[in-house]
Amino acid sequence: MDFPPYYLDHLAGGRLIIGLIASIHVLINHPLAVGAYPLLVFMEWRGHKLNRPDLDQLAYRITFVVFLITTTVGALTGVGIWISTSLFAPFGIGSLLRVFFWGWFTEWIVFISEVILIMWWFLSWKKADTPDKKRKHIRIGVALAIMSWITMAIIVAVLGFMMRPGEWSQTRTFIDAVLNPLYLPQLLFRTSFAFMTGAVFIWFATFFFTKGKQGGARSWVVERLSHVVTVATIATAIFGIWYWQAVPESMQANKSVALLSQQFSHWHDKYQWILGATVITFFLVGVIGVTSGRLLPRWALLIPTFLGIWMLGHFERAREFMRKPWVIGDYMYSNGIREDELAFLQSEGILKHATYVTHREVTPENRIEAGQDVFMISCSRCHSTTGLNGVIEKFTTMYGEESWNDDGMMLFIQNMHQTRTFMPPFPGNEDEAKALAAYIQSLRGTGETLHGAQTVGIRLPEPAPSPPPSPKD
Amino acid sequence: MTSPDLFSILARTPVPRDLELPLPLPEPVLTVLLVLLFLLHIFFVNLMVGGTILVTFFEILGLRRPRWDELGYEIAKTVTVNKSLAVVLGIGPLLCINLLYTIQWYSANALTGHAWLLIIPLVTIAFLLAYLHKYTWHRWNTGRWKQLHLTIGLISLLLFLAIPVIFLANVNLMHFPSEWAKVKGFFSSLEPGNVFPRYVHFLLASIAIASLFMVGWFGRKSYPIERLEGFTRPGLKRLFLKGTAFPTAAQFIAGPLLLFTLPKVGITTSLYQVILAGASVGLLVTWLLFREIRKSDDHVGNRYIPICFLFSLVVLGMGSGRQIYRQAALSEHKQEIADRTASYESALAEFRATHEATDTEANSKPAGETLFANCAACHAPEIQLVGPSLAEIAEIYAGNPEGIVAWAKAPGKKRPQLPPMPPFNHLGDEALHSIAVFMLEKAGK
Ligand code: HEC
Ligand code: HEC
Repeated sequence: MDFPPYYLDHLAGGRLIIGLIASIHVLINHPLAVGAYPLLVFMEWRGHKLNRPDLDQLAYRITFVVFLITTTVGALTGVGIWISTSLFAPFGIGSLLRVFFWGWFTEWIVFISEVILIMWWFLSWKKADTPDKKRKHIRIGVALAIMSWITMAIIVAVLGFMMRPGEWSQTRTFIDAVLNPLYLPQLLFRTSFAFMTGAVFIWFATFFFTKGKQGGARSWVVERLSHVVTVATIATAIFGIWYWQAVPESMQANKSVALLSQQFSHWHDKYQWILGATVITFFLVGVIGVTSGRLLPRWALLIPTFLGIWMLGHFERAREFMRKPWVIGDYMYSNGIREDELAFLQSEGILKHATYVTHREVTPENRIEAGQDVFMISCSRCHSTTGLNGVIEKFTTMYGEESWNDDGMMLFIQNMHQTRTFMPPFPGNEDEAKALAAYIQSLRGTGETLHGAQTVGIRLPEPAPSPPPSPKD
Repeated sequence: MTSPDLFSILARTPVPRDLELPLPLPEPVLTVLLVLLFLLHIFFVNLMVGGTILVTFFEILGLRRPRWDELGYEIAKTVTVNKSLAVVLGIGPLLCINLLYTIQWYSANALTGHAWLLIIPLVTIAFLLAYLHKYTWHRWNTGRWKQLHLTIGLISLLLFLAIPVIFLANVNLMHFPSEWAKVKGFFSSLEPGNVFPRYVHFLLASIAIASLFMVGWFGRKSYPIERLEGFTRPGLKRLFLKGTAFPTAAQFIAGPLLLFTLPKVGITTSLYQVILAGASVGLLVTWLLFREIRKSDDHVGNRYIPICFLFSLVVLGMGSGRQIYRQAALSEHKQEIADRTASYESALAEFRATHEATDTEANSKPAGETLFANCAACHAPEIQLVGPSLAEIAEIYAGNPEGIVAWAKAPGKKRPQLPPMPPFNHLGDEALHSIAVFMLEKAGK
């Protein structure tokens, strides 16, 4: 309520865009940066030791592809997470930044070194033409692989902080994040996932750069990487299960989130199946590769890849979901209302204390307009009006197509946190709940699109009539 | 509408509340970090944008005389590296400005929302095109292919020229909260303040800094100059010294234009002092540059290091000037925000103090009634809301509260026209029992 609301109707308020950007980022970062760099360095090193320029050449070509993707889409989606969250949830990212500044600052420094190393490694490849220079070159690659893993390890810690409610306010140390019961399983799970998918990526890319003759670079890659895939898949399964078991336990600690049984158990079951399916296909690919690698056609590698993408997508979505209704556990709700100000706002009214609203108080004449502002403040970070995850659709599932009872809606709104614990409590007073119900009723008739500040600008209340503008010197 | 009304509407400045959490670092430290990290970032942005301008310029010259084409390629190779540094180095100052100007920065972002978000795909495309341009340079070098190649270069140049406008719009808009109410979409955000003089200033600086970088790049001993047929090391040094000197001289027109079009709010004497100090060093640098150009082949570029040093001082002066302006322009707004935040927080504290006192008393309220709030959204005494009315429930479960408890823990699916009821296992048996008793009681009345 203190930031002009950026809002995309029909796109669940725009949250989907954050999700999309973050997912692309993770899907590039894990297989290509964390997984593929060390494997490519390994190929380069073997090529050097065994004196096989074909391996070196192949590693170089695949690195070129990885280099192009990570330094464009990969890097920009990373920045994009900052940009998109600052639009959709400035209160959240702004507060998180004040708490986890050093975590992000450290991550930034590591990230800079990662970017410098990837450019140095790739661009100096052809210049390393003596054994001595080659050895040094390989060492750059090793440093790169370590740095990209550390970047991920720090980010996972920061994410862990965000999910661990309450604690940071007392301690706020980095070690707490690492002690989070989800940290280790999550880190190991992501690492093995990265190796599993990174290996399949290199394997897949190899088809495009080699002829596949007996004893050539391709059979070397298939033989080695199928082993990597097999081992990493087993690790993914083990750590995935560990994570799966650690989640409910850690959610118990978070009393209010633990309430959300239905949605969560649904997710939990689904995770189990996707993890199972993914692991089995990767495992099959790995084992066939180990035993009779030359038989495996390139398209067969796409199946586990898509499953892997699906699994990670599901994993990230669930991670976001588990945070609900909080943006920072036990401190701030997803709509920017702080836990400690809730009762105050419920008794005083949010319109009175908000900045970007048209009316300060609900009257019979302005009910619908005021209700729209109430919607923007309290619901728009998760719901659209008539579009995706729209309130109209949601109320229709509850009340059906016939006329909706105003009092019933009001009661639902005022108790929405108790009944649907992934939603924050309604932050306004009774009049505002009525106004919101009136707005939703009118919206149902008009279906009018609600615009965000990025197109229609901000809404400000009429200046208070009594005190004349005091001339400032 | 009478004119005072109009005035009060036009002059309305939003005064939001700040976030409650304290800053992780003292404000002065963050300010110094912001200025330094920003300059580091903008240095690589200059190399990226200025470099791309040079690349395109030389590629076009190269259509007639091939030696320029090769020079363009050599510069393109530096651009693809510098652009990556420009991006990663942007995050640090972004963190700092988010902390120091939370309200103003995020508000400007939201008001220019679509454009701000477009930065991500636009920069990604620009980068991909820059790679395509570089890696096809010697393959797509004849006839139609060359035209295509040049077109790709031009598109990426246009993107590199457009993206800074979005950033400048944000940096500019954040300074003028009194104008926010007038902004409706990105293009109207360009109206307040002086985005375009800033832009001209930035472009000239980009060309100058990229050229100055090239003096060192081609001038260093380890650069294999034989790669560039038709060029000599001193010749290149002189060429790029000119590329630095002329745009820098032009800043003596663009700079004052920028300064005098700045809205009054942030203008202070210390701003003038810092800018004038920077400008006088700038004058010295310009003079040195022109002197350097006229030197003989043996001596041209000998003063490179001192020139770079003085140039950094100029940049530091301009960067500090920006910050001084920003601080002055926003000091009143920041104070108003701090006041409003403080009065809100104290009202809140007062409320909580009295509330907590009454809270303990309220605990004596019958538990069933309070806990029924969990169900009230869907169950009302007489009418059917989402679920059946209490009257209907009481008929089924009269004298059997345990039945309600069992149902609430694991609701079944009975009425086809109604949605399923969520389970309430988490409330626990005891609570559910008191709810059930209350429900039956209430329905009985
Ligand atoms: C933290 C994000 C969040 C906020 C804020 C939020 N909701 Fe929800 N809401 C959800 C989610 C998630 C669902 C479940 C969506 C689904 O059906 O899967 C939901 C479901 C609903 C439902 C359907 C409930 C049911 O039992 O089927 C309604 C009605 C609803 N929301 C109204 C609102 C209103 C009105 C507001 C604002 C006062 C609001 N929500 C604010 C996340 C939120
Ligand atoms: C989100 C709305 C919702 C909430 C909240 C809710 N219920 Fe229900 N309830 C329903 C619906 C819908 C039905 C009808 C289900 C059916 O018949 O399939 C129902 C039915 C019932 C029934 C009748 C069961 C029967 O045998 O016919 C009881 C008893 C009941 N609810 C108790 C509770 C209690 C106790 C709570 C609070 C702890 C509660 N409900 C909260 C929606 C809700």
